[in-house]
Amino acid sequence: MWTSDLTLMMLEGVRDTLLMTLMSTLFGYLIGLPWGIVLAVTDKPGIRPNAVVYKILDVIANIMRSIPFLILLILVMPITRAIVGKTTGSAATIVPLTLAAAPFIGRMIESSIKEVDHGVVEAAQSMGAGTFTIIWKVLLVEARTSILVGVTIAIGTILGYSAMAGVVGGGGLGDIAMRYGYYRYETLIMIVSVVLLVILVQIFQTLGMRLSAKLDKRK
Amino acid sequence: MSGIIEVRDLSKTFETDDGKVEALQNISLSIQAGDIYGIIGMSGAGKSTLVRCLNYLERPTSGTVEIEGRELGTLTESQLREIRRDISMIFQHFNLLMQKNVIDNICFPLVIGGMKKKEARKRAEELLEIVELSEKALAYPAQLSGGQKQRVAIARALAANPKILLCDEATSALDPRTTQSILRLLQDINRNYGITIVIITHEMSVVREICSHVAIIGEGHLVEQGRVADIFAHPKTPEAKELILKGNSTDRRTLEDRQRELMKGKCCIRIVFSVNSSFEPVIANMVLRFGQPINILRADTKNVEGIARGEMILSLPDDREVQEKMKAYLTERGLAVEEVNGYVD
Repeated sequence: MWTSDLTLMMLEGVRDTLLMTLMSTLFGYLIGLPWGIVLAVTDKPGIRPNAVVYKILDVIANIMRSIPFLILLILVMPITRAIVGKTTGSAATIVPLTLAAAPFIGRMIESSIKEVDHGVVEAAQSMGAGTFTIIWKVLLVEARTSILVGVTIAIGTILGYSAMAGVVGGGGLGDIAMRYGYYRYETLIMIVSVVLLVILVQIFQTLGMRLSAKLDKRK
Repeated sequence: MSGIIEVRDLSKTFETDDGKVEALQNISLSIQAGDIYGIIGMSGAGKSTLVRCLNYLERPTSGTVEIEGRELGTLTESQLREIRRDISMIFQHFNLLMQKNVIDNICFPLVIGGMKKKEARKRAEELLEIVELSEKALAYPAQLSGGQKQRVAIARALAANPKILLCDEATSALDPRTTQSILRLLQDINRNYGITIVIITHEMSVVREICSHVAIIGEGHLVEQGRVADIFAHPKTPEAKELILKGNSTDRRTLEDRQRELMKGKCCIRIVFSVNSSFEPVIANMVLRFGQPINILRADTKNVEGIARGEMILSLPDDREVQEKMKAYLTERGLAVEEVNGYVD
């Protein structure tokens, strides 16, 4: 009963899932990285405290993170249509995925940066380093390991969300699992899709942790 | 005479959840170029805040700080960053970039100062030679010992040719021997490059070891200041007296070194008195009896399992026969006698 068409479909599913996950992670970091940096830097113990800026970004992050992903998916459909031209398929799913990922990534970046020893920041200040120098050459460098662990977590989470988008025709393995497994009771296809998802998460997790450990010079 | 660092009526108040904390009150200091200036005080006395006011990492609540005649409070943010390149700082916990190797750490202040990478590396290599760590250029801080990390921090601090080096408890995380070697290095730097050094510490031994001048800070106030020799000989305030007394016990090691010198080639014994043996003047009687002088190298009381026990190290006359007789004499009187050679614990 397993045909080569099905294999092809599965491979396409893997490709779409990877595309959605990686593109959303990339866009998510394009927004989340500066977001997290500004959060960490403008918070009270940061190097440029600014209560107003912090509060605004803090509240937006909280609001966006409290909207359930499925609701967000539907909520942002007009934006999705404006950007991609349609609301189904893997390309369209990148929009809500990015919007869901960005504040989450921002929070992880914020916490990674806040872990950096204040003494090192103080040392840089005593050498006459300005805010941008401290961000680029001290905070991001010292937080590197923690940020990479964050990337690993982000990819895993976004991959999970991408599968959820299958409910509204989001494309990728999640979509296949929904359409065949859930709506048509084709259990085998569902199981294969899920197993493939598990393998993907497993691969990203292992690679991410290895890379961050390798780049960590603290031991 | 106007100093390289002039602090006038400096006060610093922190706003905390429990109200205002006055960390420093009306401090005035004048530090001359080329001095090694110690600022000493108990923990919490406000000395770390004071040193951070010297480069405006902390802004004083009132009062002024002048560096080479320029008042820091009147400078813009970028002028302040500029002047900070002349005022380096080292810290108790070294504060090195943990993700960068030694050479990149030393290059850091040069690179942010706009120097080309290649030039910076050359300069960093010279500095590594000064601090005697050339072979560790590619190591990461986590692979170094505390003393080595502080040497890297010193090299980093010297990189931009500063005029002033601020040391915030720079030896407090190090063992006594490493402390000595770091202090020697700081002294060499002061002599060879004429860099003014300000040392924040809670250890009197550090001040006495290398400082020319000292200011004693107690509970946010300047209690006493002047030349180290003067203050050490005639401490006027209770704070100064307390610090000097406390300093003596941390100085034990150097004392023991000297003792070891004295003991070389001599027959020395260690005797321990118990409570009841201290009634008779044993040593005096022994000297009278044998008519030979003995040298008391050390006398101390130690609390052993709750009982005070007197301990003495005696250097006996060179005559072997007399030595044996004296040992027998002491043993007869119920004292524990033990020969010691070159090591006293």
